[in-house]
Amino acid sequence: MKRTVPLIIAIVAGFVLLIANFIPFAEGWGLTAQEWFNILAVGAMILGGGNLVKLHLMKVSGQRKGWGYSVVTIGCFLGTLVFGLLKIGVHPNELYPNVSWSGYYLESGSSLWWIYQHMIVPLTSMMFAMLAFYVATAAFRAFRAKNTEATLLLVTAGIVLLGRTYAGVWLFEGWLPESMQWLRFDNLTVWIMDIPNTAGTRAITIGIALGVVATSLRILLGVDRSYLGQD
Amino acid sequence: MFLAVAIPILTKTVFPEVVSKQAKMVFDAIDELPDGSRILMSWDFDPASQGELLPMAQAFTRHCSIKGHKQYYMALWPLGSPMVDLSIDTIQSEYPDMVYGEDYVKFDYKTGGEAVIRMITQDLRGMFELDSKGVSLDDIPMTKNVKNIQDMDLIINVSAGDPGTKQWVQFAATPFGITTVSGCTGVQAPQMYPYIPEQLAGVLGAIKAAAEYEAAIDEAYPSIAANPRAQEAKRRMGPQLVAHSLMIVLILIGNWIFFMSRKRGQA
Repeated sequence: MKRTVPLIIAIVAGFVLLIANFIPFAEGWGLTAQEWFNILAVGAMILGGGNLVKLHLMKVSGQRKGWGYSVVTIGCFLGTLVFGLLKIGVHPNELYPNVSWSGYYLESGSSLWWIYQHMIVPLTSMMFAMLAFYVATAAFRAFRAKNTEATLLLVTAGIVLLGRTYAGVWLFEGWLPESMQWLRFDNLTVWIMDIPNTAGTRAITIGIALGVVATSLRILLGVDRSYLGQD
Repeated sequence: MFLAVAIPILTKTVFPEVVSKQAKMVFDAIDELPDGSRILMSWDFDPASQGELLPMAQAFTRHCSIKGHKQYYMALWPLGSPMVDLSIDTIQSEYPDMVYGEDYVKFDYKTGGEAVIRMITQDLRGMFELDSKGVSLDDIPMTKNVKNIQDMDLIINVSAGDPGTKQWVQFAATPFGITTVSGCTGVQAPQMYPYIPEQLAGVLGAIKAAAEYEAAIDEAYPSIAANPRAQEAKRRMGPQLVAHSLMIVLILIGNWIFFMSRKRGQA
């Protein structure tokens, strides 16, 4: 029962969306299935939140390695949840002045806005900015002309790195004849992106699409049940 | 690396930009629309990629505003909604004549990713009964006659991942033939080029393309060229040039050490 019901739901929902896509009469079925999906997506968010708290509470109670970070995670999660749900510091919407929770949840000056502006923005930006340092060290350590393929990759990377800046133009200014302008790094970068990159990406995308079709068919026919997990 | 990025920022070094074919395609897709066209603008990114994507999002907003296009903003990412707020702040401060509800409108974030796209291609009110201010779409001048996003003349998507441009192509641009342009991170861009020109009318890949797009706008609209806030992507090309040059130097040094140590090992 625990596996049969989810299996039937997956098969029915899959076939409904498939039929709705190809038969105009069944278009409405697809819309209904999508509405159900949106309702379930909200439920999944709650489930995800609950799961996060459960996992970290288990880590804290077992005092496993790094449990202190779990305390921070739970504290931040619950704090953000409370400030967001209760809309602390948010003024009522002008259209509904008597409804106390009708205001915009990220209203400037509210508690959630403060968390967003002073914690989320700098922390996430900092994480992204750190990539520059990782890339710099990787450039020094990993980009080695060990064989023909690696050398090809190295040369391409060099052209694209310079072609994505003004250096791609400036290096060739004044001395490269008009008929040879295609050799400018910025033009070569466009060519690399347009031709070899697009050809490779198309091949990979078609391969992935065929894989998705095969996997979807296995799920629809009940052959692949791995998504149900194990008992 | 810190100095490579910091020095050009502090010295405010700006380099000229040559507008590439890709940036021109995006510019033309927006510019050639008749004034007052309906444009759906989905900002599917968060503060983590704000440094790379916000300048192009703001450039899209300025370009659409100066053309007088009707702008319908939404976000498929929870933290995309504040990004939309930044674009709306730009409209309010730089184009005070534009009126909310008549020239631009914002829909709040909805969970579901591609399911949201699928729904609004059929029924906008099925997903957004109200705008972000809590007003019924039937009471807003620019939404009351919109049944679904098939009524849009163009979709502009600024994307940092999934859900993003790929989903807009799969579920809106391709099945319904809605013209779509995208601005995305450098990491995503190679995956988007195969969609040009049939499924995507153009792609801006990373801050370099954003700078070229700004240059294209500056050429066409001197009033935007005179606005220092509208040159944000171009300003970021200084640090990019120095950082990329530093990386080339590091790669060369790394390879020199590699060949030297291999030579010593063979001796």
